[in-house]
Amino acid sequence: MNISTILDMAAEAFGDRIGVVSGDSRYTYAELRAAAVNAAAAIRASGAKYVALLDVNSPAAPVAIYAAAYANVPYVPLNYRLTAPEINELIERVAPAYLVTSADYVKLITPRADVQVVDRAAFLSLPATSEEPTPADDPRAVAVQLFTSGTTGKPKAAILRHENLSSYIFGTVEFAAADENDAIIVTVPPYHIAGISAVLSSTYACRRMVQLEGFDAKAWLAACREHQVSNAFLVPTMLQRVVDHLHDSGEPANLPALRALAYGGGKMPLTTIQKAMALLPEVDFTNAYGLTETSSTIAVLGPEDHRAAASSEDPAVRRRLGSVGKPGAVEIEIRSDEGKVLGPEEAGLVFVRGPQVSGEYLALGSQLDNDGWFPTKDRGYLDAEGYLFLDGRADDVIVRGGENISPGEIEDVLLGHPAVADVAVVAMPDEQWGEGVAAAVVLKPGSAAEVAELQELVKASLRSSRVPQKIVFKDALPYNELGKVLRRVIRQEFV
Amino acid sequence: MAKTVLKAGGRFKSAVCDTQVMVIKAPAGEYALSCGGADMIAPTATGGGTLDPAQAGETLIGKRYVNADESLELLCTKGGKGSLALDGVALEIKQAKQLPSSD
Repeated sequence: MNISTILDMAAEAFGDRIGVVSGDSRYTYAELRAAAVNAAAAIRASGAKYVALLDVNSPAAPVAIYAAAYANVPYVPLNYRLTAPEINELIERVAPAYLVTSADYVKLITPRADVQVVDRAAFLSLPATSEEPTPADDPRAVAVQLFTSGTTGKPKAAILRHENLSSYIFGTVEFAAADENDAIIVTVPPYHIAGISAVLSSTYACRRMVQLEGFDAKAWLAACREHQVSNAFLVPTMLQRVVDHLHDSGEPANLPALRALAYGGGKMPLTTIQKAMALLPEVDFTNAYGLTETSSTIAVLGPEDHRAAASSEDPAVRRRLGSVGKPGAVEIEIRSDEGKVLGPEEAGLVFVRGPQVSGEYLALGSQLDNDGWFPTKDRGYLDAEGYLFLDGRADDVIVRGGENISPGEIEDVLLGHPAVADVAVVAMPDEQWGEGVAAAVVLKPGSAAEVAELQELVKASLRSSRVPQKIVFKDALPYNELGKVLRRVIRQEFV
Repeated sequence: MAKTVLKAGGRFKSAVCDTQVMVIKAPAGEYALSCGGADMIAPTATGGGTLDPAQAGETLIGKRYVNADESLELLCTKGGKGSLALDGVALEIKQAKQLPSSD
């Protein structure tokens, strides 16, 4: 079940089809395979135990993924937005390594004897080899190692085995499902699980990948038009920027080729998805929920669910626009803090089980329980029909006097105030209750709101225990590059 | 028919046509896996013999093939003229669980 089989099959069936478009370069699947096979020979000759990538999106990313698989070593994409000391610490953890990078990032790397640094252009023009690769048959071999963001300490190394990734791809993607003219635009960085699954599923579907180095709403719209993009994946912040750009510029969307737009990687504000659906009524929207440790997507809210929710009078159906949908090729259950399996509408911890779930970190080992369930550390509940609603990270829950309070429900109420543009609710230390509720609020330009009226709004909509005891106004909230709000930074405000 | 142990991740090719498969899942024990009427062989082995016209129903790249209780599942990684069988019983195409494209 080696993932290199995915590229073998695409090259076998559609070798002449364009697989990757990046700026002026084009790679057919046959060329992509040749580049990966040549790179695998160089990697094997180097004696490296890992193939690392420190770079933005380029053809080197898919080539490195498959070359590592052909060479039987794990692929480790590194976050190029980290500081130089952080990057070098991660490099030390994967040495001896074969490290692919480009001029912008090579200067961050401290040279060391056991790391062979290779420029992207050189990596993509290695001499041809006549040697056919012999990827291992062992389905337990590690295909990808991803470092987590390490918010609470040293980054953990999540491990995805060939069997995890291949069961995700073979179980959810139909081989060669794409038409000759289909194209997907890839804007998530290579070090994100969504960036890796986009490469694997697009190759297996034989769908052309259009790569953008970074995200910008205007450039994204232009690339979609130029390459007649049919499929796209965006994190919520990116979709928000596309919606804002279209709204502010008055520019018509003009994306006749776009059929499917998937989003995930964070909480989607209800207003953003509603606006996006109104701006792009012909587009099929899919909400994809997944984690690094689950080889990407585990639940999807499909296009029909979106349309049914948006047009329904039934509140139970309407609210599904805020759901992440139903389990894909996995099982999902909700458990209480004590481990009891909960029924519909009962909020608790989200657990997932299935062949694509790795739930494993290097050194720490498997986090699966005896029955194979992985604790996602997300909180949520299922409705009577099995739609999953998420309610924030377990770590973000505010425990006030023994009562669990989810920041999400308070944020939703505050976002309903006409003057509020953005908000994050976090825990603050409280002598009486252990933890109290605090909020950082960003007001819309030219709008005003008093602390007291915001507190009153929460009290009237929820109950008094949910009322933020402290509210600060900010110009903007801190986000990471993928649009996740940095709660730990906001919490510092209230210490 | 020679019997062999089938393991997930294992690869086989047809001795009499272009078909190649990868084992997705397999039951414990030894089985005779054939394509085009001849035992399937290791990917590096050399084939020979002729395709049995009665076993020439074609195997399609990208399709998954299962036995009746779906305890065996093969993925065709290269198509060919022969049809697949386990202990002489023809394998059937399994429909993929279609999900909306999410990435």
